Amino acid sequence: MSEDNLIHVTDQDFEAEVLKSDLPCLVDFWAPWCGPCKAIGPVVTELAAEFAGKVRIAKMNVDESPATPGKYGIRAIPTLILFKGGEVLDQVTGAVGKAQLAAMLEKA
Amino acid sequence: MGGGPGGLTAGLYAARARLDTLLIDKGAAGGQVLRTDWIDNYPGFPDGISGFELADKMIAQARRFGLQPTLGEVVSMELRGETKKLYLADNKHLKAKTVIIATGASPNKLNVPGEAELTGKGVSYCATCDGPFYRDMDVAVVGGGNTAVQEAVYLTKFVKTVTIIHRRDELRAAPIIQEAAFQNKQVSFICESEVVGIEGTTEVTGVRIKHANGEEEFKPFQGVFVLVGVSPNNWMLPKELALDNGFITTDGMMRSNISGVMAVGDIRADSIRQVISAAGDGAVAEKTAEQYLEHLQQNMRIVMERKKCSSK
Repeated sequence: MSEDNLIHVTDQDFEAEVLKSDLPCLVDFWAPWCGPCKAIGPVVTELAAEFAGKVRIAKMNVDESPATPGKYGIRAIPTLILFKGGEVLDQVTGAVGKAQLAAMLEKA
Repeated sequence: MGGGPGGLTAGLYAARARLDTLLIDKGAAGGQVLRTDWIDNYPGFPDGISGFELADKMIAQARRFGLQPTLGEVVSMELRGETKKLYLADNKHLKAKTVIIATGASPNKLNVPGEAELTGKGVSYCATCDGPFYRDMDVAVVGGGNTAVQEAVYLTKFVKTVTIIHRRDELRAAPIIQEAAFQNKQVSFICESEVVGIEGTTEVTGVRIKHANGEEEFKPFQGVFVLVGVSPNNWMLPKELALDNGFITTDGMMRSNISGVMAVGDIRADSIRQVISAAGDGAVAEKTAEQYLEHLQQNMRIVMERKKCSSK
């Protein structure tokens, strides 16, 4: 599936792309060495396509961008945080199913 | 159903047999092996191999013969009769003549106060995923089996100290894994003790431990890795399927009690829960599936021939 709807954010552009986003934004905090992150990857890509125009879906590599996960107290990955208006609306840790993530996005 | 080593091997064999095969998983294929730091007992890799890399290789190998792992979350199934139906979370369903169930198992929780609230904030179920977040910290590993002891040693790459907290007076882990832990100066043990609570508000500050003599004690830790075995991923299985303690019972051909339905790997009752045995199960189950399909076809041919005779 195409990753067209997925954005990749870093410590540098997190504020502009996520906190100041007009749309709610789900950020998937992941790392290349994390198995469950890899497992959930295609689910996030599918959600990005299905929620295009409603929720922005972003991925942040915690290896390359350690400051933001530190700020949000992330000590387990994958952690997916849903931001709205710069605030944390909801979050989930672990390779949860697509239905659970979709339900979380519906609330945004 | 399920893309761990059991499902991938069954898929590989089925693809090579040119059966019309779908491998379905709720995420990317790989299974529990994706969260195993290092595998030293899978033959063919004399120096061992990382779980991540082994999963990648298995997926690549199955893909080479045309197997397409597909994303989908099976929520219920109808397995009786010649056409099996798998119902998906998005209200679609799949039909198959035969089903190999390889849904595996998931890490157990301790089910103690503080655990759910602090998951992701110091409580972890995956050392390979989260070890790097605990650089130079003091962490606890709860459990005494292979996974707990092996991952405790793995964590010493990052953390200052690891304390293994185990309910029994001796570890259940394989001797060679225990040796590595005993030799590692960063690993210490608290045995015959149970974690009864995890403390902290915004992040883990420590655990409450109950010793064998009934005394309770608080021990400070910045991280708690819960590695206390696994439970079968069986919530989508229909009640007609015979289980033993939640795991699917099979015969030596991997056949369940329902005709045309096989089970492999960690979801299977007699599994020794190893990558190699899951892969072996997968190969056996695919051969059984082939025989079952041939049998179905033969029956159909007989019916058709009978029809031909009667129409004359």
